[in-house]
Amino acid sequence: MQLTINGSLHELAIEPDTPLLWALRDTLGMTGTKYGCGLAQCGACTVLVDGQPTRSCVTPIDSVVGAEITTIEAISEDAEGRKVVEAWVDHQVPQCGYCQSGQVMAATALLKQTPQPTDEDISAAMVNLCRCGTYNAIAAAVRQAAQA
Amino acid sequence: MKDMNTTHDARPSDRPLNISRRGFLGTALGALVLTVGLPAGRAKAQAAAAPGTRISAFLEIRPDSTVLFRSPFIEGGQGIFTALAQIVGEELDVDPSQFFVEGAPPGADYLLIGGMRFTGGSMSVHSSYDVMRLLGATARQMLLTAAAARLGVAVADLGTEPGRVVHAASGQSVAYGEIAGAAAELPVPEDVTLRAKDSFRWIGKPVARLDVRDKSTGRAHYAIDLSVEGMLQAAIQHSPRRGEEPGEFANEAEVRAMPGVDSIHRLPGAVAVLADSWWRARQAVEALKVSWTPPAADTPRAMPADFSTEAHLARLKAEAGAGVEAEAAGDVAAGLQGAARVVEATYNAPHLAHAQLEPPSTLARWNDDGTLDLWLPNQAPELFQAAAAQVAGIAPEKVIIHSPILGGFFGRHFLYDTANPFPQAILLSKAAGRPVKVIWSREEEFLRDALRPMAVARFRGGLDADGLPVALDAVAVGEGATGRWYGRQPDKADSSAVEGIAGKLYAIANRRVGQIHVDDPTVIGFWRSVGHSMNDFFYETFFDEMADAGGQDPYELRLRLLADSPRHHTLLEAVGELSGGWRRGPYDAEDGTSRARGVAMASPFGSEVATIAEVSLREGEAVVHDVWVAIDPGSIVNPAIIEAQVNSAVALGLSAALLEEVVYVDGMPQARNYDGYPILPPDRMPRVHVRIVESGAPMGGIGEPGLPGVPPAVANAVSVLAGERVRSLPLSRLKLGGSAG
Repeated sequence: MQLTINGSLHELAIEPDTPLLWALRDTLGMTGTKYGCGLAQCGACTVLVDGQPTRSCVTPIDSVVGAEITTIEAISEDAEGRKVVEAWVDHQVPQCGYCQSGQVMAATALLKQTPQPTDEDISAAMVNLCRCGTYNAIAAAVRQAAQA
Repeated sequence: MKDMNTTHDARPSDRPLNISRRGFLGTALGALVLTVGLPAGRAKAQAAAAPGTRISAFLEIRPDSTVLFRSPFIEGGQGIFTALAQIVGEELDVDPSQFFVEGAPPGADYLLIGGMRFTGGSMSVHSSYDVMRLLGATARQMLLTAAAARLGVAVADLGTEPGRVVHAASGQSVAYGEIAGAAAELPVPEDVTLRAKDSFRWIGKPVARLDVRDKSTGRAHYAIDLSVEGMLQAAIQHSPRRGEEPGEFANEAEVRAMPGVDSIHRLPGAVAVLADSWWRARQAVEALKVSWTPPAADTPRAMPADFSTEAHLARLKAEAGAGVEAEAAGDVAAGLQGAARVVEATYNAPHLAHAQLEPPSTLARWNDDGTLDLWLPNQAPELFQAAAAQVAGIAPEKVIIHSPILGGFFGRHFLYDTANPFPQAILLSKAAGRPVKVIWSREEEFLRDALRPMAVARFRGGLDADGLPVALDAVAVGEGATGRWYGRQPDKADSSAVEGIAGKLYAIANRRVGQIHVDDPTVIGFWRSVGHSMNDFFYETFFDEMADAGGQDPYELRLRLLADSPRHHTLLEAVGELSGGWRRGPYDAEDGTSRARGVAMASPFGSEVATIAEVSLREGEAVVHDVWVAIDPGSIVNPAIIEAQVNSAVALGLSAALLEEVVYVDGMPQARNYDGYPILPPDRMPRVHVRIVESGAPMGGIGEPGLPGVPPAVANAVSVLAGERVRSLPLSRLKLGGSAG
């Protein structure tokens, strides 16, 4: 099975129902995408599939054949992604940092779809869990990234 | 004493990727490394000297003048790596941004907390502040001496600017990296001068965190991310109840034939499947049909098959008596007897899970020389080293502990018997003859996490004819985590069970705090702010009950009872001012909701905190709009980190107040993931306003103190709106009526 990840084609010889998360982490060694719950509850595993924020822990790889998959490893190659990262640094968003790959991906997806999000847009899009409670910093950083 | 640091540093270059965070060590391994340190002979003589004094254990100044700092404390989001870079950098005269910080290996040099080492109790900065300043200043003095020899000038004529020694008269200068080797050969100066506080450039300033960019780009590596050559991955199925052991497998051959499966293993209280990927291991271990045998009669702390949290709560509430005395003043019996009115209430709080986002893992590798490498999330490397050595059957110095950054901890990663995966990794790696990484699924983590204990508190308050409290009798019922893991003395109260009921500062003439110990059948542990996380809720909400019964405004009553405690009086005024002036409500907000405010004070971990929360009700649910926190840690290192930590503590405290409880039925937790154990989502996060007050009192903690005031401040506000007292958490269990907006 072939997947297009961060612009490169990867051949994967694993079960077609393997979650994308584990194909990334175990098969391809791309550990920036995190395992938090495995049930699409927390969002730590968020990646972009054709620009849509997608919870890779419940996404079988055979459902994303032919799609453009973008992970945190390629965030700096993305125009919106760069803005988001700079805003994350400016606002000193991460604490433990474990959820932040997913948060950055969710924010990048939001800005791709809605370049000038309202607070309601931000609230609707930024639903990933953060046990350190960085939510206010996340919202502030998304607002800044939208203006950058 | 065996110098573990030397062993650690001698490891070959096949370390996992994250050990070379930012590519730093990875490149340095092949390079000439100049360290500020002592010649071997003197280092040996000094190894038994005071922890925190052997420079080479902590500092390496590289040829490019950047600094590798080995931190005695583990970074888990609280910002300790940055704070230590600020403290050491201030005295060493190196910009904190030039520091690369990693968790130090086990070793006597790092036992900075009364001969122990752990990352907890909000103690990291204030327990090491003086020692780390001295370390930096001593290293700087050695660099000055080395530069004097190099430049042929007197030490007295030299100064430093960040990363360089400067001879002002001639304009010559030399980079630290050029003289680090020479400095290492010098005797350690006995008396060095610390920098004057008014000349601090980094201590006390909002210095940017060192780890933020890596954590924003997926480049930070946690234990769960690590791998080594030839590694197998392990997934675990634990017995449903602690103490049960694996018996027959109904479908072993079938599971063995599943893709990628290497082997199936029986472990104490669990089964494991090793496979070439974790997903395959998990699929297989969850497919395995295991019959679990009941606990043997002598199994310590076996989980009773009929245990329920509901029944345990009833048991705690039924405990009568005054308990072991934890604190007393005046004559509480006489005070209550003479009171014009006595108010009574019983409170309770549930078990809580840590629910940190990174599931536990351990990577174990047995080496040809008989040593064992372990990479694992932990808050206490020496304790884990000793415990791992027992499991492995080797000497502690043969266990090489690596302590990666933590994907959240909140007390999760202390040594809690069956709550840590490292024994499984050690046994599986031994059995397989290959390195093994164990990861617990989120479901296994909810099954085996160490919980905040359940507690009940009974209060009786006596009011005089003016409605002022004159007597307070409090009894805490339950078990403390400190007693569980560090030894309980039957005739003494466990501080972790009473803190937040004991140690309050209000001037109530007659008072007594007692503790009744009741074994908690779950594996209990430390949870951010420990006893304070529930006891300040109990006490500070009961305080409002007394105020209401006496016809007093709760804020004004607190001010009155703190009149002789200037530090706390000031702090309470500060939070009032920060919130725009105290008003209790209910009042109508601009958005049409009816709102109220609650206030609470807490004295956790050496700091003082005053908290106000503004709340409305929506469809029987509490909505928290704003939380104002005034915090006095005495003096500070990084105000930006403090503000971030207060935000974090508010979130966790609010999460506990609104949503969280672990429920057991038939000896098993009912929630095995976040769907059954909700934690605070983004849309319930309030605005958080922080004011730091530096009173100049001895430095206190930061990571935990922002939490304890939040549940009572919220509950006190809810009570105003709902017209009934809140005596039990979480609020999601209650049907809140009253003047809903």
